[in-house]
Amino acid sequence: MADVNRGNRPLSPHLQVYRPQLTSVTSILTRITGNALIVSALLIAWWFLAAATSADYFATANGLLTSWFGDLVMTLSVLGLWYHTLAGIRHLIWDNGMMLDLEQAEKLGWIVVIGSAVLTVLTIIIV
Amino acid sequence: MVQFSLPKNSKITTGKTWPKPEGASNVRKFKIYRWNPDDGKNPQVDTYFVDMDSCGPMVLDALIKIKNEIDPTLTFRRSCREGICGSCAMNIDGINTLACIYGMDEIKGDVAIYPLPHMPVVKDLIPDLTHFYAQHASIMPWLETKTNRPAKEWKQSIEDRKKLDGLYECVMCASCSTSCPSYWWNGDRYLGPAALLHAYRWIIDSRDEATPERLDQLEDPFKLYRCHTIMNCAKTCPKGLNPAKAIAHIKKMMIERTV
Repeated sequence: MADVNRGNRPLSPHLQVYRPQLTSVTSILTRITGNALIVSALLIAWWFLAAATSADYFATANGLLTSWFGDLVMTLSVLGLWYHTLAGIRHLIWDNGMMLDLEQAEKLGWIVVIGSAVLTVLTIIIV
Repeated sequence: MVQFSLPKNSKITTGKTWPKPEGASNVRKFKIYRWNPDDGKNPQVDTYFVDMDSCGPMVLDALIKIKNEIDPTLTFRRSCREGICGSCAMNIDGINTLACIYGMDEIKGDVAIYPLPHMPVVKDLIPDLTHFYAQHASIMPWLETKTNRPAKEWKQSIEDRKKLDGLYECVMCASCSTSCPSYWWNGDRYLGPAALLHAYRWIIDSRDEATPERLDQLEDPFKLYRCHTIMNCAKTCPKGLNPAKAIAHIKKMMIERTV
């Protein structure tokens, strides 16, 4: 390791040049949806807290969450929730040492992407 | 540590456009990363035009042609030209592969060539692999035994030998490790797909008697567990191997030995 960066060597480009792959995109989306769902969970906790505080405060919170913008955020949250759930199941399958061949892994990737979209539409229809 | 943008000294500038070959009708454009340690400038991307009618089919053929006929200063590693030495690994058309066995017919449009990603550059397309090799050495890439040496050789059943298929073929070209975002951000402590594939190759070798020690050595938040099954490694391996699968099996063995 002693000589690793002798003479101010530049770092070769990475994200800038590497082509996104199905498996890498579905992987980073798992992390992004996971973090986004923290925000969604906080919004819902806020909604409950508002309901416990006062009728006026609940009206404000409820008004925001049921506005067109609130609807958009919540719809995307449902998509994120389904995506994260399916991606989590995919990880459980992989953790058992299964479906790790490239073709199978990519098939799982498409199942997660298409499955989460279909389940979101179904959720909207049912709810 | 995650740093999405390149450091100041690594930002890429537009380089020189070299003249087109005269009288050629079938010309292809090459965009190649250049960095010269002696001129004090930032890396740049040079543009070359190669006459495909007088060029071999592989990317390495074009690189050698450029070096021979256009620009003798273009620097890259190469040796066997048949995918067994692992020297000419580089980032071609957005993925890591061996220039000698990657056909130009697989690339649409211009051919973009960069060194292996997120590595210190020695010159042009040559990355410094010192740390990568040190990580390989750290997993004890040799047969460890405790019982007495047999009179002839260490024997292995055909079934046990088959477990090494898909592992022993690795040529240590570093394509997988340098395709891995986890290795980009935590390469100082995460061993990366290549070293871990080799670790697994010795862990499941029926003749090896140091499996517990090998697993102990990998039981670490960074060395093994920075693998998040992104699978860029398996997708890019020019030998068609699957380091992600090998790593998953190591993780599974870690759990199995504690329950």
